[in-house]
Amino acid sequence: QESGLKIRYPLSHTKTMAFATMDLSFLSDPGVFAKGQHAEDDDARGDLQMARSIDIQSFPLAPVSSPYTFCEDVRKHGNAPGLMDFKHGTTTLGFVFKHGIIIAVDSRASMGSYIGSQTVKKVIEINSFLLGTMAGGAADCSFWERHLARLCRMHELRTKERISVAAASKLLANIFFQYKGQGLSCGTMVAGWDKKGPSLYMVDDSGERFKGERFSVGSGSPFAYGVLDSAYDRNMSVEDAVELGRR
Amino acid sequence: MSYDRAITVFSPDGHLFQVEYAMEAVKRGSAVVGVRGADSVVLGVERKAVAQLQDARTIRKIAKLDENLTIAFAGFTADARVLIEKARIEAQSYRLTCEDAPSIDYMARHIAKTQQSYTQRGGVRPFGVSSMISGFNADKSPQLYLTDPAGTYSAWKANAIGGRNEKAVQEFLEKNWTASLAEADAIRLTVKALLEVVDSGSKNMELAVSRYGQPVRILKEEELEVIIADIEREIEEAKKEAAGASAAAGTSMEI
Repeated sequence: QESGLKIRYPLSHTKTMAFATMDLSFLSDPGVFAKGQHAEDDDARGDLQMARSIDIQSFPLAPVSSPYTFCEDVRKHGNAPGLMDFKHGTTTLGFVFKHGIIIAVDSRASMGSYIGSQTVKKVIEINSFLLGTMAGGAADCSFWERHLARLCRMHELRTKERISVAAASKLLANIFFQYKGQGLSCGTMVAGWDKKGPSLYMVDDSGERFKGERFSVGSGSPFAYGVLDSAYDRNMSVEDAVELGRR
Repeated sequence: MSYDRAITVFSPDGHLFQVEYAMEAVKRGSAVVGVRGADSVVLGVERKAVAQLQDARTIRKIAKLDENLTIAFAGFTADARVLIEKARIEAQSYRLTCEDAPSIDYMARHIAKTQQSYTQRGGVRPFGVSSMISGFNADKSPQLYLTDPAGTYSAWKANAIGGRNEKAVQEFLEKNWTASLAEADAIRLTVKALLEVVDSGSKNMELAVSRYGQPVRILKEEELEVIIADIEREIEEAKKEAAGASAAAGTSMEI
């Protein structure tokens, strides 16, 4: 492909009007999901194309008639109540100040009212100068951020230069945009240092990407914003900043 | 058995004939000279005589790839047009995805990669184009890259492609290039190198000068005329001196 960003629109943005009978027979043979790794056909694609277009054919979507609306359909059908109710029981926050960036996250993973783990690592080290946070679906966040880590490393090897935070967050945002409407659930912050200094970007599963000085993502974010807004000062010391994050 | 049919076939002694033929096509193109100075890069191209009815201004051998990235090519104009278009799209794509300008190394590598991919696919032929790309690194140092139909790319202090006698110009540059050339000296060197294979006169050449952070400057005809006249006068004086010296040596020999 030579053209620029490959834009994919879901078949129907709005909710389906009538849901056809859902054929969930594929569940009886989960082997169909085993093939289809991220086929990397580096020869045919350029640097940017490899990063931009994850070949959807190689990433198994639900083999139903309308994969784009799969999550919505399952929820409406009532076959598996609660299956698609992803809970966002997370608080993550980050802010930029004079000396750098503070990222603070909680460490609980919940599925409804069941607490899955109290020791989840919600901060991913994309590389030694880039961090990503996870809020939303743990699998989605963790997979795609590790994929981002791979893309960042490839960029470094190809260009002999570290990737900028702007570019890294944009790669992630473009991936999310490609899967927009298909049920990914991920609110992440990409933070790091590059030639332009410290930067903080908020990227979420709808493909939104914002650059900012203070962000909080997750169900506890309103509370976090409250605390942050009251005590944030760009020139505070490292100790104060850490304390603010902890609070 | 001729091994130059399908380009995906190696010959027994390890040649890809189509690629080598493509390089021959480049040699038949008009000359391009590139010189890297201390803080500038100069690209000079030969402007072949145009037909009487043709509008010379529509023939541009120097093209802009992106802000601060300029390309000049030797070889098939049509192939170059396609290659330059691909490169321009890639530059904008890079800006969109990475929110930053592509480095000259990235662009050279992309063009080289494109040229190489056309030597390893069925049903296509290589681009009959070698290109010279001028630009600057992030640390403001000037840079000159060369790509060829085989898909190799490398950085150069000065080089020449295409033209009546590529080798002669390259040797001239090797003899006369020095480090840390000021812009004016880089321009003079480029013109002198071109004069090796091009008829004198500002209508037979075009020069583009790049400086960091500034738009590329194409030298005006009047400017070029002045420089060429100056160089020719220099050559004349050098000849007279040499003639004078040999005459003096001649007389001393007789005694």
